[in-house]
Amino acid sequence: MDFLQSIDWMQLLRCFVVGGLICIIGQILIDKTKLTSARILVIFVTAGVILGALGIYQHVIDFAGCGATVPLLGFGANLAKGAITEAQTSGLLGAFIGGVKASAGGIAAAIFFGYIASLIAKPKIKKQ
Amino acid sequence: MKKIETKQEYLDYVDKKSPNSPIFKNCFNAFWVGGLICSIGQIIFDFCKYKGMEDTSCSTVVSIVLIGIAALLTSLNIFNKIGKFAGAGSLVPITGFANSIVSPAIEYKSEGYVMGVGGKMFTVAGPVLVYGISTSVIVGIIATFFV
Amino acid sequence: MNKIGKQTIQFSSPPYILETSSIVGPKEAQGPLAKYFDQCLEDEFWGEKTWEKAESKIIKENVNSVIAKSCIPSQNIDYCFAGDLLNQCISSSFGLREINIPFFGIFGACSTFVEGMSLGSIFIDSGAAKNVLCATSSHFCSAEKQFRFPLELGNQRPPTAQWTVTGSGAAILSNTNLDKVCPQVTYITPGKIVDMGVKDANNMGAAMAPAALDTLITHLQDTGRKPSYYDAIITGDLGYVGKEILTEMAETQGYNIKNNYNDCGVLIFDKNAQDTHAGGSGCGCVGSVFSGYFYKKLKEKSINRLLLIATGALMNSTSSQQGESIPGIAHAIAIENLVFGDGGKKQDFGNK
Repeated sequence: MDFLQSIDWMQLLRCFVVGGLICIIGQILIDKTKLTSARILVIFVTAGVILGALGIYQHVIDFAGCGATVPLLGFGANLAKGAITEAQTSGLLGAFIGGVKASAGGIAAAIFFGYIASLIAKPKIKKQ
Repeated sequence: MKKIETKQEYLDYVDKKSPNSPIFKNCFNAFWVGGLICSIGQIIFDFCKYKGMEDTSCSTVVSIVLIGIAALLTSLNIFNKIGKFAGAGSLVPITGFANSIVSPAIEYKSEGYVMGVGGKMFTVAGPVLVYGISTSVIVGIIATFFV
Repeated sequence: MNKIGKQTIQFSSPPYILETSSIVGPKEAQGPLAKYFDQCLEDEFWGEKTWEKAESKIIKENVNSVIAKSCIPSQNIDYCFAGDLLNQCISSSFGLREINIPFFGIFGACSTFVEGMSLGSIFIDSGAAKNVLCATSSHFCSAEKQFRFPLELGNQRPPTAQWTVTGSGAAILSNTNLDKVCPQVTYITPGKIVDMGVKDANNMGAAMAPAALDTLITHLQDTGRKPSYYDAIITGDLGYVGKEILTEMAETQGYNIKNNYNDCGVLIFDKNAQDTHAGGSGCGCVGSVFSGYFYKKLKEKSINRLLLIATGALMNSTSSQQGESIPGIAHAIAIENLVFGDGGKKQDFGNK
């Protein structure tokens, strides 16, 4: 298949390593600080917005692709990128619209799938 | 062991007595599961690109597909097992965000579809949106006036 | 009945524990004590639609079971003391709303079972009641939902976390033994609230251990007994971490409890096979382990003198979020076989 031949394996390796390293940072935060998962997610998304706004995170994205965009840091960076781009084209209004517009797909998907899941699934006990 | 007199002495003693999380094992699992989730994302991204989509659309498709998979695994009661094994490996990628929205939606179904599912859906993930979006608005405002 | 020492009550005619009953969930049924419980459930819902309804059903069925086992008609039971972990104790009040026995809803977190037995014993020895029913319950799923996170959330439990027991314990206390050989409640030592500043809600054992220590030492001082007087000193759900802390801290105070001390949270699960981290917890833990395991041991006389210290962490999710530390409490109850063998010879249980 042509698609398989077109995969850049070095790119995939960089994605794997960088994505994994970002998760290790999260794991150290969980084990060393006893923060709840909600707080970890907040820290990551806020850090992503700030790193994205400062332009630092774009370098990581250029290097690692989805290894940088899939973790929540990337979600944050995407919010920042959207807000800045929109602000520059349509001013103050854009500052409010841009961030959510750029990540609207993810947010809407999470809400929609969450609702669908609640229709079909039943709570179950953890078996571990 | 000497007698414990103050609260501080007790807290130090408790710290010493409480078993620590197996951090190296946890980090190793977080690394490879997290890396794997990102790599799946990368393959989806490459595929969209191969089909001739724009970069930003490709990223959105990656998010939606990963969120969909996480939602499905959550409703099949599989995601919590992955999460227990991988810790931050499944929490930090967008899958963790999806899981934190889907899991209260299922859990609070018993309190009804409006206040239960609708109201409690954001108990865990709400803060992520609040802080993420608020910070992005601040960033946007700064960009409007100072850049 | 009179008060001795700082805070202990000695009963003049010690109430009998006439009968007990226990129901546990499927996970507990895979644990080491499975064969001692009266009933083991196959699933956590037990045919109900919500966790809360399931928990109410567990306490309701368990109370029905203990009444049936005791052969005392329910109209002869004067009062009922019950409690659980859910907000406003809804499991107990919803579960027992059709029982037609005057009801006291009590809350002492995981110490509720012994709190109820203590109050029941006072009612009986004072003559206010002839038969009293005490019951508690807890449910892993309803407790997780209320105190922690949704069950489907993919988070990791730290090694100090305890596992809330799905189960219920119930006991009937009486002023007569109906010609059966029954263990009796000789002393109670209600505990003080002790807060040593532990804030980690995933380390309840450490938060409650100082309260257990305070109650244990006060009980021994008030009664003039040594730890070795008891065949078993049992705390209700300090878990592995709290158990070790209590053992060590008691030693620094000059009390050696290494030989006869254990903990319900440690006993109910197999830590390695069941991955329950620091052990069991919850109102149902001490309730079901006493009703299921220790009561049978007392009846068959392999244990004759038991000191049961139930511990509770008096916090909720709001107090945790506001950064408050966790106050602990521990109530002790001394349960002894005073009548030995068929001769009906009464042992002198008074202290010097």
